[in-house]
Amino acid sequence: MKAKFKASTILIILGFMTAALTLFPMYIMVVNSFKSRAQIFTDTIGLPKSLDFSFYITAIEKMKFLKAISNSLFVTIISIVLIIVFSSMSSWAIVRSSSKLADFILYTFIVTMLVPFQSVMIPLMQYMSGWEIKAINFSMIDTFYGLIFMYIGFGSSLSIFLYHGFIKSVPRSLEEAAMIDGCNKFQVFWRIVFPSLKPITVTVAILNVIWIWNDYLLPSLVLRSPGLRTIPLSTFYFFGEFTIQWNLAMAGLVLTIIPIIIFYLFSQKYIIKGVMAGAVK
Amino acid sequence: MNKKQKGKITTALFVIPSLFIFINVVIIPFVMGIVYSFTNWDGFAFKGSKFVGFKNYAAAFGDQKFIDAFKLTTQYTLVMIILVNIVGLSLALLVTSKIKNKNFFRGVYFLPNLIGGLILGFIWKFIFTKFFEQFGVITHTEKIFFNWLDEPTAAFWALVIVGVWQMAGYVMVIYIASIESISEEVMEAASIDGANSWTKFKRITLPLIAPAFTISLFVTLSNSFKQYDTNLSLTNGGPFGSTELVTMNIFSTAFSYNKYAQAQAKSIIFFLVIMIITVIQIYITKKREVDM
Repeated sequence: MKAKFKASTILIILGFMTAALTLFPMYIMVVNSFKSRAQIFTDTIGLPKSLDFSFYITAIEKMKFLKAISNSLFVTIISIVLIIVFSSMSSWAIVRSSSKLADFILYTFIVTMLVPFQSVMIPLMQYMSGWEIKAINFSMIDTFYGLIFMYIGFGSSLSIFLYHGFIKSVPRSLEEAAMIDGCNKFQVFWRIVFPSLKPITVTVAILNVIWIWNDYLLPSLVLRSPGLRTIPLSTFYFFGEFTIQWNLAMAGLVLTIIPIIIFYLFSQKYIIKGVMAGAVK
Repeated sequence: MNKKQKGKITTALFVIPSLFIFINVVIIPFVMGIVYSFTNWDGFAFKGSKFVGFKNYAAAFGDQKFIDAFKLTTQYTLVMIILVNIVGLSLALLVTSKIKNKNFFRGVYFLPNLIGGLILGFIWKFIFTKFFEQFGVITHTEKIFFNWLDEPTAAFWALVIVGVWQMAGYVMVIYIASIESISEEVMEAASIDGANSWTKFKRITLPLIAPAFTISLFVTLSNSFKQYDTNLSLTNGGPFGSTELVTMNIFSTAFSYNKYAQAQAKSIIFFLVIMIITVIQIYITKKREVDM
């Protein structure tokens, strides 16, 4: 009994030490966001002498933080909703049609998951900049709908793959019964099939949120106007400008992480479950 | 219109939105990219570009910086595969053992994974430069703690540390799922037969989590090979271009040197390498799983 008690104590201590190590960079970031330049110069690890929020106020202004966060929210939410709607619909149609063409389409979606973004980014920008109608100000470059369109394109492979695996295990009987009762395919899908896909929809949503919210590369290529910058973009420009002022830079980073922490606190259970389901597939 | 045709049309309506966007965002640019890589395209209008055969590929292989970047990326990926999986598996074993606060620990260890590579790189930049320098002076360990981003080897390891810190939590989650699916009964039976913890780990846990191992290897490999964000924010290829990974090399070839066709050829080579490694890896690990 005594030996067992000892072993579990060691594990707990190990657990806390690793947790402390994991959180250490966050600690450094938070404490230094309050310190004066003089204090950072002599003491980066200690607690700040006073809780001076002035760097946060400056950072919010310089980063146009509120604008950036609403841009990020807009792009992420709309992209996720459309990815979920489009890929759940196509997966269901593909699984239920079981034709050779459907299989071919499915495999194309899956195989292209191997293609790294870097292999398509240059021609993609060239191709998309050709989709322009000057008369009505339509352009895929430097607009949110252009960016969202591309997110749907890049997000659909994994999402269709996940939905496909799940739908295969959903029995047909309910759908058939509804068909006999006179529902058309759209009604069957939205009233019966889609609600039953909830667990995998949560996974698809979470994986895409993590990716799109944090993505830097695609928006850096598509968006040009400063007013459209998402959080990673505004962080990048802000950090480039203020690396010498570490306190200000750290305050900016804390701001960008706050939304992630809030999201995490509310949906931690789903996130870990979703990532598990997504990874194991 | 008969019923069958109607059914086909609705099926098409269900698939068309995704398929249309996907073809335009991924397939067409991918095919264009392959074509462009054989021409002297200058990044502007494609009209007027000439077919130049394998010239861009020859130029890519002749570019010492690209070769160096490839070597460095391979090293980085190998180190990452080993470290991320060791740390990830250890964390998973820790949080699936009989300790209190399991969920708290899981939550904390996974957290870095939610923060984007770009922001992580910036946080660690402060640590490797300011904090390390100061810590070295205060504790008289300047040999270990100095500005890591100023020295090529140390900067490489800085990239590795940030990468492990970010990815270990993700891999941990994969291992947790696998470990938790091992039945309690098997473990108890082994205990009754007198197996100690190490024997149980070696003889039961390890073989049974082989599928998770495949997935984790694959995830670490492809993520490390494609690493860009952390590279950009932490070292930006420095000092003196010594930590430039492949993706950054492709990026700068295109957007800094305006050699678009050559960058495209590099990116096709990059794609082929990823594809070959992935296929080999899936083949080997699947085979091993069956053998066990």
